[in-house]
Amino acid sequence: MELYRSHVLVCGGTGCHSSGSGDLIDHFNRDLKKYGIEKEVKVVQTGCFGLCEVGPIVIVYPEGAFYSRVKDEDVTEIVSEHLVKGRIVKHLLYHDSVDVDHEIRSLDEVPFYQKQMRVALRNCGVINPENIDEYIAFDGYMALGKVLTEMTPEDVIALLKESGLRGRGGAGFPAGLKWEFTYKAKGDKKFVACNADEGDPGAFMDRSILEGDPHSVIEAMTIAGYTVGADQGYIYVRAEYPIAVERLTKAIAQAREYGLLGKNILGTDFSFDLELRLGAGAFVCGEETALLASIEGDRGEPRPRPPFPAVKGLFGKPTLLNNVETYANIPQIILKGSDWFQGIGTERSKGTKVFALGGKINNTGLVEVPMGTTLREIIYEIGGGIPEGRTFKAAQTGGPSGGCIPAEHLDTPIDYDSLSSIGSMMGSGGLIVMDEDNCMVDIARFFLEFTVEESCGKCPPCRIGTKRMLDLLNKIAEGKGEEGDLEKLEELGEGIKIASLCGLGQSAPNPVLSTIKYFRDEYEEHIRDKKCRAGVCQALLQYIIIEDKCRSCGLCARVCPVNAISGQKKQPYVIDQDPCIKCGACMEKCPFDAIVKR
Amino acid sequence: MKTLKELEEIRQRTLESVNLRKDRTGARVVVGMATCGIAAGARPILMTFLEEIKNRSLNDVTVTQTGCIGVCRLEPMVEVYLPGKDKVTYVKMTPEKVKRIVAEHLVNNQVVQEFTIGATEKND
Repeated sequence: MELYRSHVLVCGGTGCHSSGSGDLIDHFNRDLKKYGIEKEVKVVQTGCFGLCEVGPIVIVYPEGAFYSRVKDEDVTEIVSEHLVKGRIVKHLLYHDSVDVDHEIRSLDEVPFYQKQMRVALRNCGVINPENIDEYIAFDGYMALGKVLTEMTPEDVIALLKESGLRGRGGAGFPAGLKWEFTYKAKGDKKFVACNADEGDPGAFMDRSILEGDPHSVIEAMTIAGYTVGADQGYIYVRAEYPIAVERLTKAIAQAREYGLLGKNILGTDFSFDLELRLGAGAFVCGEETALLASIEGDRGEPRPRPPFPAVKGLFGKPTLLNNVETYANIPQIILKGSDWFQGIGTERSKGTKVFALGGKINNTGLVEVPMGTTLREIIYEIGGGIPEGRTFKAAQTGGPSGGCIPAEHLDTPIDYDSLSSIGSMMGSGGLIVMDEDNCMVDIARFFLEFTVEESCGKCPPCRIGTKRMLDLLNKIAEGKGEEGDLEKLEELGEGIKIASLCGLGQSAPNPVLSTIKYFRDEYEEHIRDKKCRAGVCQALLQYIIIEDKCRSCGLCARVCPVNAISGQKKQPYVIDQDPCIKCGACMEKCPFDAIVKR
Repeated sequence: MKTLKELEEIRQRTLESVNLRKDRTGARVVVGMATCGIAAGARPILMTFLEEIKNRSLNDVTVTQTGCIGVCRLEPMVEVYLPGKDKVTYVKMTPEKVKRIVAEHLVNNQVVQEFTIGATEKND
């Protein structure tokens, strides 16, 4: 492998990829050739850096110059100035990555990264995910080597139990226990499976791990195979993640070529191989029993547990199923020991957690923080706060299965137990931030619409119950809510949680119940006063022309698609509320700001 | 099929190349690469540094470039920064000089006095 004086790292995660990072790589390579310095400078496509908001991202080493929102024409300048002449193009640098005196900060000192601790994402944005040698360079497959040559399955299980690692898919079940159950289950054949069917709206941490560091999952699954006694594994990944699928396919082929998958791994008598199974995008297939049914080729529907997959899983055999992020932690735990992992996080939640920041936040992207970091730190210090100086209203964690956290709980340390004690859940790690312009009834409706759509229909509480809840919410949002509706929603919700067959139904009422819990006054305003304070619920809005401000220009009347506005010269115009469809076109058009929304 | 030993070899070999992406604390070699430097032959100097560093597996050395250092008549010029020490400026560089600087200055921590700007200016 050649030595280069400079490396140009271009983010190839889905976010940056869709804003054109692939073309940037071609452009870099073309320009490097043009200047004849292609032997001195290497261009590397990496996984996600996490700061998707300012993508495409390019980092040039050894200086560590962090270029953000790089456009095609910027490449020409970076090559001719920075790479040829050694002059950093300061005006293209990410603003937070330079000090007041214009010196480049190291990446760890950039506010977005300062409070982060990257364990599961350790290689994302550092290595080329399509090159197994680079993974190996950063201690890749060393954990597998250690396990195969120095550890018994019992040792691995004991280490995992000591570490306190809990499943990162949502429920937080202790990983070591799960491994032990599968290890102890009797069966002539066993399987290992990986849940990469990330379906929560707004969550993309699993995708980024698979895109940025696929070998970490492959290595961990091989270790799992050795531990529980399986020789075959499946990764169930969504077909909507084409880049992840492509990189996984390449990574599996490279691992086979190196004999890290297949027969007699590393010269031992342990054999293990992996296959991909692509999911067609049904949310319920993220539920473990539905996922296993889908791998078998059946319709993705859950079944009652017990028996748990550890006893009776894939093809009726004991099966270990973990989430992508859980697996990504394991090689590090084996190499660094349980004490190291124990030292991170809170008493009952160890290690780190990756969150996908979305919604009303400045730094949309992916962050990894030690458990116990507060929501305030994540939103204000790492996330850069809320755009346009607006006020924080609530954050939704755990997507459609989770709940909202209001401002009064901003200082709650985030871990499995504290989140469930305030009526939310860790979930897979989606974190959607809302400000005063978000209506909580509308948010609850959005998530419930999603679960109604995605309910598989097998059990009535979920199929019928969530639909009835949605009907009630629609009624409230349309201004037809009555006294007693909230109580009905609560009763229905509690019933659905208890009676549903799988996690989808059991958690579906959470967004509604938690918004009622913390924003009951807002629901009551919708029902009693027929008012939506955020101005979101269309049926409760009125567009009104302020008489004093109206100059009778008639623009609004001309732009109104339903002819609801009338007036005469020198008289203020009036909106007839009956035909008005509340499209807002008049308000947008009015040159005097005479039209308001109430 | 790879053995654990082969894996370790791949690791060592690749690490040299990807190490660049970590924050490094070791020596820094800065080559003047403005028009004057390039015209005087700075590029072969840079390449020789890379070559020598690779051959000697000096993992913690960064080679980078800079613009005009200001004394164009003495180009190609190179500045070597060792942690905690003053900068040393070498002038009128040749590939042969590079080899000695790597061996004596970077490896053995001995400044090659005769190639420095001070010594050259005195003799001129």
